[in-house]
Amino acid sequence: MKAHLTRRYMFSASHRLHSDEMSEQENRDVYGKCNNPYGHGHNYMIEVTVSGQVDGQTGMVCNLVDLDNFVKSHVLGRYDHENLNLLSEFAELVPTTENLCIAIYEIVNRGFKSAHLERIRIEETMMNSFEYCGDL
Amino acid sequence: MVYLTRKAEFSAAHYYHNPKLTAEENQRIFGKCNNPNGHGHNYTLEVTVKGAVDPKSGFVVDLKQLKDVMSREVLDALDHRFLNKEVPEFFTRIPTTENLAITIWQRLEPKLKAARLHRVRVYETPDLFVDFYGEE
Repeated sequence: MKAHLTRRYMFSASHRLHSDEMSEQENRDVYGKCNNPYGHGHNYMIEVTVSGQVDGQTGMVCNLVDLDNFVKSHVLGRYDHENLNLLSEFAELVPTTENLCIAIYEIVNRGFKSAHLERIRIEETMMNSFEYCGDL
Repeated sequence: MVYLTRKAEFSAAHYYHNPKLTAEENQRIFGKCNNPNGHGHNYTLEVTVKGAVDPKSGFVVDLKQLKDVMSREVLDALDHRFLNKEVPEFFTRIPTTENLAITIWQRLEPKLKAARLHRVRVYETPDLFVDFYGEE
């Protein structure tokens, strides 16, 4: 029987929303406070949802230790206490939480093979959350 | 179609052990959760039902009926119990969060009348939960 398992993680990072394709004024109009050239930061809460058949022998969709180890080394290890704008995936992409969702989805989907990735959900603040389920 | 979710809490003890595996294998797969003396959690249960809104009552489901079914079929059976030793489903099934969600679904589904069960979500801790949508 198929079940969905969701695990929550947290990391803290800084970013600045700024697009080179827009003028300084346009950037200020579109991104507002988030365009502050010195950057600002968030505590990002990520939810990783995976699915699969519940294994008859273990009663699990996948071993939580495997998922934790993968996310800690490949996601938290990459983003925690970093400036997102300086990372290669955001060299030409604005580090909005939408784009961060997609980037994390790609990392988990490419590297974690013990279960099917259903969704990445990120809470940027208690008021904003974003979800990406792959290109549907 | 409208979805209605009711929350409840229960506390229970469990441990993970598959008698078909060796002691070493159990330890390797289940780690700390393999301690035969058990450990416990405060579980949060979310039961989501779906249905059309009854034009007479304005309800998807009579909340009292849903609450009574949840209390009788789930909370009375699981709250303050040692799942492996006191709940028949877990005499043969490992009481992982996955199997707990499946078991709760199987207990509730035949007892619900007006509304159809959509999802059972079980939080083992605030950062880990499982969703079960029935046999897909």
